[in-house]
Amino acid sequence: MPDTVSAAEASVSGSLDGDYDDAAGYYTPGAPLVDTKAPDAPIAERWQTRKFEARLVNPANRRKLSIIIVGTGLAGASAAATLGEAGYRVKSFCYQDSPRRAHSIAAQGGINAAKNYKEDGDSVHRLFYDTVKGGDYRSRESNVYRLAEVSTNIIDQCVAQGVPFAREYGGLLDNRSFGGVQVSRTFYARGQTGQQLLIGAYQALERQVAAGTVETYTRHEMLELITVDDGTGQERARGIVARDMVTGEVQTHVADVVVLASGGYGNVFYLSTNAMGCNVTAAWRAHRKGAYMANPCYTQIHPTCIPVSGSHQSKLTLMSESLRNDGRIWVPKNQADCDKDPRDIPEEDRDYYLERIYPSFGNLVPRDIASRAAKNVCDEGRGVGPEVDGVRRGVYLDFSAAIERLGEKGITEKYDNLFDMYERITGENPFEVPMRIYPAVHYVMGGLWVDYDLQSTIPGLFVTGEANFSDHGANRLGASALMQGLADGYFVLPHTIRDYLADGPFEEITEDHPAVVEARESVKARIDHFLSVNGTRSVDSYHRELGNIMWEYCGMERTETGLKKAIDLIRSLKDDFYRNVKVLGGAETLNQSLEKAGRVADFFELGELMCIDALNRRESCGGHFRGESQTEDGEALRHDDEFAYVAAWEWAGEDSIPVLHKEDLTYTAIEMKQRSYK
Amino acid sequence: MNLTLKIWRQPDASSAGAMHTYQLADVSPDMSFLEMLDVLNEQLNEQGEEPIAFDSDCREGICGMCGLMINGDAHGPEVTTTCQLHMRSFKNGETITVEPWRSDAFPVIKDLVVDRSAFDRIIQQGGYISVNTGSAPEAHSVPVPRDDALRAFNVATCIGCGACVAACPNGSASLFMGAKITHLGELPQGQPERDSRVVNMVAQHDHEGFGGCTNIGACTAACPKEIPLDVISQLNKDLRTSIKHGH
Repeated sequence: MPDTVSAAEASVSGSLDGDYDDAAGYYTPGAPLVDTKAPDAPIAERWQTRKFEARLVNPANRRKLSIIIVGTGLAGASAAATLGEAGYRVKSFCYQDSPRRAHSIAAQGGINAAKNYKEDGDSVHRLFYDTVKGGDYRSRESNVYRLAEVSTNIIDQCVAQGVPFAREYGGLLDNRSFGGVQVSRTFYARGQTGQQLLIGAYQALERQVAAGTVETYTRHEMLELITVDDGTGQERARGIVARDMVTGEVQTHVADVVVLASGGYGNVFYLSTNAMGCNVTAAWRAHRKGAYMANPCYTQIHPTCIPVSGSHQSKLTLMSESLRNDGRIWVPKNQADCDKDPRDIPEEDRDYYLERIYPSFGNLVPRDIASRAAKNVCDEGRGVGPEVDGVRRGVYLDFSAAIERLGEKGITEKYDNLFDMYERITGENPFEVPMRIYPAVHYVMGGLWVDYDLQSTIPGLFVTGEANFSDHGANRLGASALMQGLADGYFVLPHTIRDYLADGPFEEITEDHPAVVEARESVKARIDHFLSVNGTRSVDSYHRELGNIMWEYCGMERTETGLKKAIDLIRSLKDDFYRNVKVLGGAETLNQSLEKAGRVADFFELGELMCIDALNRRESCGGHFRGESQTEDGEALRHDDEFAYVAAWEWAGEDSIPVLHKEDLTYTAIEMKQRSYK
Repeated sequence: MNLTLKIWRQPDASSAGAMHTYQLADVSPDMSFLEMLDVLNEQLNEQGEEPIAFDSDCREGICGMCGLMINGDAHGPEVTTTCQLHMRSFKNGETITVEPWRSDAFPVIKDLVVDRSAFDRIIQQGGYISVNTGSAPEAHSVPVPRDDALRAFNVATCIGCGACVAACPNGSASLFMGAKITHLGELPQGQPERDSRVVNMVAQHDHEGFGGCTNIGACTAACPKEIPLDVISQLNKDLRTSIKHGH
C-alpha cells in the first residue's frame, strides 16, 4: 500500500501558487504518493533483490489460489499462461469472441530487446537510457530499468514458442533500428510483429486451458470491480462483475487477486488507431473504487495515418512511420489550389512546410512536431483531400522523387505492403498520386497508477501493459509497447503477485456477501437505466461528439482556455447523454448498442479527468503540448522544477472534484536533459 | 450510391431467422463495408428498429473478428477481410445479400454473429509448442534457416477468421488447421510434438463437426491472407508420418 495521509493533513507539493495553477478549483490537493516496493539498492540490483525478497508460494498451495485476469492481449495472455503454468487457478476474460483478437495483434513495427546482437553498443543500460529519455523524463526509473533488463528473456521465450521472427541467411535473428534510436535492437516479423507475438502468447494460454489451469470467458465484459473489507478496514480487490455478452447474464466472479490487462483508452477520441471495442471501462470502474489514475493526459499522436474520408469514418489506420524517410510532405501555398489534382500544382506553388520551418530535420522531425505542423496548416485552410465537416484534414506525402530514384520495385521492396494497403483504403494509387496523411491518436501512456510490484492503490488489484502508467513517461518509443506488455506478463507480474498471494487464500466470499450484491445490483441498475431512457440520439453520435471535443481541445495542442471550455462541453454532453440516449433491444440478449453505452458513459468521465490533468500540467512534455509552454521556435518546453512528478488522481465521488496525489520523480542513474533536435 | 440490402436477421441461436430487405441511400464509395452497415444501423436506430448485430474489432484486416457472406462469397468479392472491403467494389443500384458464415460448426448467435470457439478448441489440442515461461534457451542457440523461417511466417499469418470454413462446400477447417501445423512443423522448436499435434488437432476438428477436405480449393480462394492449399497436403503428410510412428 502506498504511504498516504489524508487530504486534510497534506499540503500542496511543488512551488506553484494558486495564480499559476490553471487547474485550481478543478481538484483538491492530496497527500504525496510514494512507491514503497522498489528495494533501496543500486538500480541494476533492484529487480534481483525484489525477486528474492518476494515471498514464495509452494506448488501445493498455488492450487488453492485463484486469479482473475481481464484482457487477453500481450500483457493479459502472457500473464494467464505463465500463472496457469505455475499452478494457480486462473480465470481469463475478454470481450472478443476469442483471446486471439486482442488489439496487440495489430502492432506492426517490432519489439525492442537489449540483446546487442549487432555489437553496436547496445546494452541494458542504453535501452533503459533511451526509454527514459524518449519518455521525456516522466517515467519511474526503477520500472524502466527492469523492463530493459527482462527484455532479453522475452525474445528467448518467443523464439521457443515458434514466433517466426525475421532471420538472416545464417539462421540467426535479424534486427532493425526503429524510432530514431542509434542502435539496431528491434526484432520483427515483417510488418506483423504484434500478430506473431500475440499468437504465441495465445497458444501458450490455450495450452493451459487444455491443462485445466486456465478457464477462458470470451464475449464477457467486466463492468465492475468487487472490493471487500478484509476485516481491518482495508478494502481489497476480490473479484469482478462481468456481463455475458451473449446471454446478457450479469455474473459475479470472486478470486484472491484481480489483474487488469485491459489495454488503452485512445477510443475516448472516437477516431483512433485502436480497435472498435477498446475501452476504459475495466480500468475506470477500478478507478471509481479507489485505484488512482496516473497521467491520463499523456496520449501519443502518430503522424502518418490515413486521413478521415467522411463523417461515416469508424477508425483510423496507421502506416509505418518509416515512410517519412523517402516521402516529402507538402500542402499547396494557396487555399485555391486545395481541390486541384496535386500533379497539376507546379513546384513553386507547393509549401514543403516541414523543410521550410525545420531546415535541419525537414520531414524527419519527431512525431509530435510533425503532427502539430500538419494540424496547423490544415487549420489555416490549406489541407487537402475530402472536406469533412467543412475542413480538409490531410497533407501530401509525396514519393515522386523517391520513385524516380529507386523505381517502383525498389519502393515495394522497402515498404512491403504499405502502398497496397493505402490503395485498398483510399482507392488511389500512391505510385501515381501523392499519398495523403494526417495524425491520429495511437497509444496512451497514462493509465492506472502502480507501484514497483505493478499493484494499484487497491491491494489485490494489479495492472499490466498499456492499462498501467509506469514505463513510457510522457511519450512511448517505437517497438516498446510489445516489450512492456510481455515483460509485465511473462517476467514481472508472476514474481510480484506471489508476494501478495503468500498471505492467501483470503476469506471465502459468497454470492450473497453485501459487497458482491451491491456491485452486481449497481451494474444491473446501470443497464436498466440505459435501456429505459428511450431518448432520441444513438450512442455513436454522442461518442463522435465527445471525440471531437477531445481532439479539438485535448489533442495535439492544449491551452488553458480550450481545456476549460472542453470540461464544460463534456459535462453538458454527459448530462444530455443520460437523459436522451436511445438504446434499443433488451438486456438479456446480445446487444451491441448497450455495450457501447456503458463504455461511452465511462469515456465522458475519463475525458473530463484528462482535461483536468492537462490543465494542471502547465508544461509541454512528450505527448502533452501546452500552447503556453513552448520555446521561441515552437518546441516543447518542460519545467522539471515544477512538474517532475506523476499526477495520480483519486476519485472522490460522483459530485466531488478529484484529488491529486503527486509522486515525485527522482533519477539516480540518469541525468534529466531538455530534448533537443538541433 | 443507392443500395438494396438483403440481410439475415435471427434474434438468437434457438429462433428461426429470415432475410430482411433494407434500402440505403447516399453510400460513399470510400466507406468500408462495415462502415456502410454502421450507417444502416444508425438509420434503423433512428426508426426504432434494433440495429443489426455483426462482429468486428480491429477494422484493419488483422484480428479476424469480422466475416460475412456477401453475395455468397466469404468476405465478399475481393481477396481481403470484410472490414477492408470498400463500397467502391459495388455498383449504384445493386442488391447485396449479406449472411452469416455458413457452417454447422459455427452456430449463429444472433443476426450475422456466429460462434467460432471451435477454432480455440482445435488450438487447445496441440496448436502450440510446449515451453513454460522462463525455460527457453537463448534465442540464438537454435539457428533456423532463413527460408524455413520465411515459410513458417507466410502461413503463420492466418487470422483465424473462418472464411475457409464458410467457403468450403464440406465445411472443412483443414486450411486453418494446416496453416498452424505447417507453421510449427517448419521450425526446429516444433519437432518434438509434431506427431501428437496433428493427430490431436485432427481428432478435435472432426469432433467439432467440421467436414473433410476433398481438395476443392474454395478455402484458399476465400482466404484474406492467401494461405496456400499445400498446407493441407502438409497436414496429410504429417498425419501419415504420425501413423507410421505408431500414433
